[in-house]
Amino acid sequence: MDRYEIVKNFIQQNLIIFEEDVEIQADDNIFALGFVNSLFAMQLLQFIEREFAITVDNEDLEIANFSTLNKIISLIDKKTQSRVQP
Amino acid sequence: MRSAAEIIQEAERFAYEELRPYASSFEEQGAIPTEVLRKLAERGFLGATLPSAYGGLQLTPVEYGQLLEYMGKACNSIRELMTVHTSLVGEALLRFGTEAQKEQWLPKLAAGHVLASFALTEPNVGSDARAVETSYRQEDGGYILNGTKKWITFGGIADVYLVIASHHGTTTAFLVERSLKGVSVRPMGGLLAGKASHLAELQLENVRVSAGNVLGPVGGGFDYIGSTALDHGRYAIAWGSVAIAQEALETMISYARHRKQGGKSICEYDAIQAIIAEGISQIHAARSLCIQAGTMRTAHHAHALSETMIAKYFASKVAMKVATDAIQVLGANGLSNQFPAERLFREAKVMEIIEGTTQVLQPMIAMHGLRAYYKPAVSIPSESFA
Repeated sequence: MDRYEIVKNFIQQNLIIFEEDVEIQADDNIFALGFVNSLFAMQLLQFIEREFAITVDNEDLEIANFSTLNKIISLIDKKTQSRVQP
Repeated sequence: MRSAAEIIQEAERFAYEELRPYASSFEEQGAIPTEVLRKLAERGFLGATLPSAYGGLQLTPVEYGQLLEYMGKACNSIRELMTVHTSLVGEALLRFGTEAQKEQWLPKLAAGHVLASFALTEPNVGSDARAVETSYRQEDGGYILNGTKKWITFGGIADVYLVIASHHGTTTAFLVERSLKGVSVRPMGGLLAGKASHLAELQLENVRVSAGNVLGPVGGGFDYIGSTALDHGRYAIAWGSVAIAQEALETMISYARHRKQGGKSICEYDAIQAIIAEGISQIHAARSLCIQAGTMRTAHHAHALSETMIAKYFASKVAMKVATDAIQVLGANGLSNQFPAERLFREAKVMEIIEGTTQVLQPMIAMHGLRAYYKPAVSIPSESFA
């Protein structure tokens, strides 16, 4: 499973809506659309830090960086790239 | 260097000898004596979970829980201090502090040279933590804070407060030193419990803090800092609840073996044994939930947060039930402050309220279950509703 699918699965597992056919799209704002609850920001942060062995610094903790799948993947990409840089 | 087992053993001995005999007198004094705080600090207990690099004991979540149980059994106020100082503020600083903030604060917290408390609740704001009315505004590269915080555990003697404030609906966390101009502290009295926990109201009047006092990202006051702190707080409250329940159980059992009615010890009556059996089983279950939550926290398990809520929800109810039963077993003596059951009963009630009331946690736990245990394949066919 690639990063996109891993993160998408995690979000899907944490939806607070009960419609069967909801599928998160790459640019859906998961907070604005009410897909997740107020605790999810922290859960998502913990999840991506553990899953991808990264540490998200304070300057990257803006909620906007976690608002869509694409933005989350960009953040993970940025962090994993900076990790392999000398 | 002491092993975790040695630290926990030392905590048990310290709690039994230095705290337990005096828990009621601390309440009567309305304070934890400075000498007791000094002894607690010099043993490193105030930095129980912090990394050794900062002078902490670096206990794992489960080890920390065991230490909290011993402390909480002996004196709930000391356990409350550890909850706010170590769990809420220490852990939030460790996760979200800048290197400079961690260097500045964590060694002092670990050594107990400064005491920290968590200032979220307000006169008008409890469960709806996002709605805090304490405000901040940016000015000259720093921030100006105004507002009132209430029910601040150990706020009366803390040196630094982790304050959650808002600006047009955005919340941010600030480290506010008590010594800053505009900070005033008023001890709270007339309380059911926590009488030795230095609860206080905190008044912030045009308090100027520098940008370096912001903890975590601007705008992350609730989403990251508050949520993280409260998650750690709930874990500590869960263990503190087990502690109260265990102490209440031991109180009722000791009493039941000595108290004679109708020519025999009351522990020989079936009705009393039913209460004891129920208490033992409930406490074992609550402790198992705490250990499970602690193990999942160590593993950074995706459901650790939910498991911690479940542990806190269940254990706090167990504390209330067993403490109530302890009073029942002690009969009229249970109503007297000459016996510990009365104090444990009052302290147990608090556990169902702080760090997320039972009623706030119920829908969150239900939502966790509605996601985690949903199996589309076993949904009921629509004709079943006909």
